[in-house]
Amino acid sequence: AVKGTLRFQVSAALREGQITPTELCQRCLSLIKSTKFLNAYITVTEETALKQAEESEKRFRRGQPLGVLDGIPVAVKDNFNTAGIETTCASNRLKGYISPYNATVVQKLLDQGAVLVGKTNLDEFAMGSGSTDGVFGPVRNPWSYSRQYKEKSAPKSHSEDKESEWVIAGGSSGGSAAAVSSFTCFAALGSDTGGSTRNPAAHCGVVGLKPTYGLISRHGLIPLVNSMDVPGILTRCVDDAALVLGSLAGHDPKDSTTIQDKFKPFELPNLPDVSKLSIGIPKEYHAPGLSSEILALWSKAADLFKSAGAKVTEVSLPHTRYSIVCYHVLCTAEVASNMARFDGLEYGHRSDMNKSTESMYAATRREGFNAVVRGRILSGNYFLLKQNYENYFVKAQKVRRLIAQDFGKVFGSGVDVLLTPTTLSQAAPYTEFIKEDNRTRSAQDDILTQAANMAGLPAINVPAALSERGLPVGLQFIGRSFQEKQLLTVAKWFEKEVKFPMIQLEEVKRHDHGVFQHQKSASFS
Amino acid sequence: QTVTVEVLDHLEHLALVDFRDSEGIERLQKAIQFADQLHEVNTDGIEPMDSVLEDRCLYLRDDDVTEGNCTKELMKNAREKVEEYFVAPPGNIPLPKLEEQDTFLQGS
Repeated sequence: AVKGTLRFQVSAALREGQITPTELCQRCLSLIKSTKFLNAYITVTEETALKQAEESEKRFRRGQPLGVLDGIPVAVKDNFNTAGIETTCASNRLKGYISPYNATVVQKLLDQGAVLVGKTNLDEFAMGSGSTDGVFGPVRNPWSYSRQYKEKSAPKSHSEDKESEWVIAGGSSGGSAAAVSSFTCFAALGSDTGGSTRNPAAHCGVVGLKPTYGLISRHGLIPLVNSMDVPGILTRCVDDAALVLGSLAGHDPKDSTTIQDKFKPFELPNLPDVSKLSIGIPKEYHAPGLSSEILALWSKAADLFKSAGAKVTEVSLPHTRYSIVCYHVLCTAEVASNMARFDGLEYGHRSDMNKSTESMYAATRREGFNAVVRGRILSGNYFLLKQNYENYFVKAQKVRRLIAQDFGKVFGSGVDVLLTPTTLSQAAPYTEFIKEDNRTRSAQDDILTQAANMAGLPAINVPAALSERGLPVGLQFIGRSFQEKQLLTVAKWFEKEVKFPMIQLEEVKRHDHGVFQHQKSASFS
Repeated sequence: QTVTVEVLDHLEHLALVDFRDSEGIERLQKAIQFADQLHEVNTDGIEPMDSVLEDRCLYLRDDDVTEGNCTKELMKNAREKVEEYFVAPPGNIPLPKLEEQDTFLQGS
């Protein structure tokens, strides 16, 4: 049951009574327990989940489910406020902080009857590209334990520590991606500021959607960069992403940066057709450090579209290589401002120092933030100093416009969707990854994803193939503002073509008996 | 050019976080170096972009009170409080100057 996809399989099973919401919830909860070593969850909300499942069951028995999401276990990244549940952002700053309210997106999920199984792990305050820098420890990529990866690993002597071979989940929404990838939930919320949903989606072999800025409410999402943050959606297939998008998108009076246009939830065509589309291949995305495997995959994908009759052309986004620098300045500046609220007075950790207000603030912040966060706050403040404001902050804002204009020109010339790699390479082993510091890693890993955040465009990672080492590699599609339907249609077509394999995990095999044995290969082969 | 100790001290006061050690200062230097690449881009005649939604009108809702009365809820998360007040240590006491501090910056 846990391996099924939302739209076609699980929802139908719940409606037909083949499985009850309580059973489904229990299966997911026990799977969470047996995959604890992944460290994907910070908080598992067992009691409330079972209560929610019970309520859902009552509705199904009355024949009145709230919708497709009723009874479906979901997970939420731990930087979204969830009423009555600890929200930590993987930081000592907020350990013990019990949210007094639900983020709008969380409320929407609950209103549709979704069952919240837990809060997922992340990099501290969503700063990072590996989910390795939170206070609860790093997230492990479930594929590290897959049969596919183990078969391809070079045989090692028994004395060597097999533990050190595990690979990172990507970040900063690594916990959410790992949770979806390991079947402990059917959909998870992440956040995306520079690629934080698409990067772990690529590494964990799941679909990661970054919606257009302004489509989904940020109310209740602890902010990093107000002008770029969006809630992200992680699922096992594109149809599921469309479904979740449908229940989350739309104007929120509590978030004035959400657009007021009425949002119409859509269903994707069963047989998507890309023959009339124009696909753009931005040449600057052939970035230094791009692995030859991914380059080949990208090329193959372009050919796939060509053979289907789509018009595939090389395009240019000339300011691409400056987008990471621009992001660095704007991000640290907005972070410096956003982190100012953590003073220990109203919530969160508070230092015992009480000589003066200022010294209490200073000590509290010293104690609560890790080096990455402190580094960004200090850099941000530097760029915002009077003597630097024009040269750095305003300059970066101007470069931002140039980047947005690059995309505007390309889409204006008739291109419908852009096709690019999502990451430079497959997931790295943890021991390799931590050799470089967080900022360097982020600068390297965000290069292909963050321009979309600069311009506010929708983008999606679709798992494309397994690398030679048996790890997932994904490709990214970037669409026009608010054209999620077109973007997801292209993504669905591609997903059907590549038939990305299902992860084979020992733990899941042991749990998955019954209903879905015959159906589990329905969406993937 | 390297950042002066005065600026570093100023930043610590503004941000109320500390560099902690030479690594922290290194990190800032590298961040500035990285950001300097922006100056290679010609931005003559380009307006700064504040928001990607700049072509739209910001939503303003009606000036009606629709929620509130959540004092108890909000006070739950504060560590030190008295009745409905958050308790802060005495204010208007500036942080000690660099010379009077026992911080890493003293030695740099």
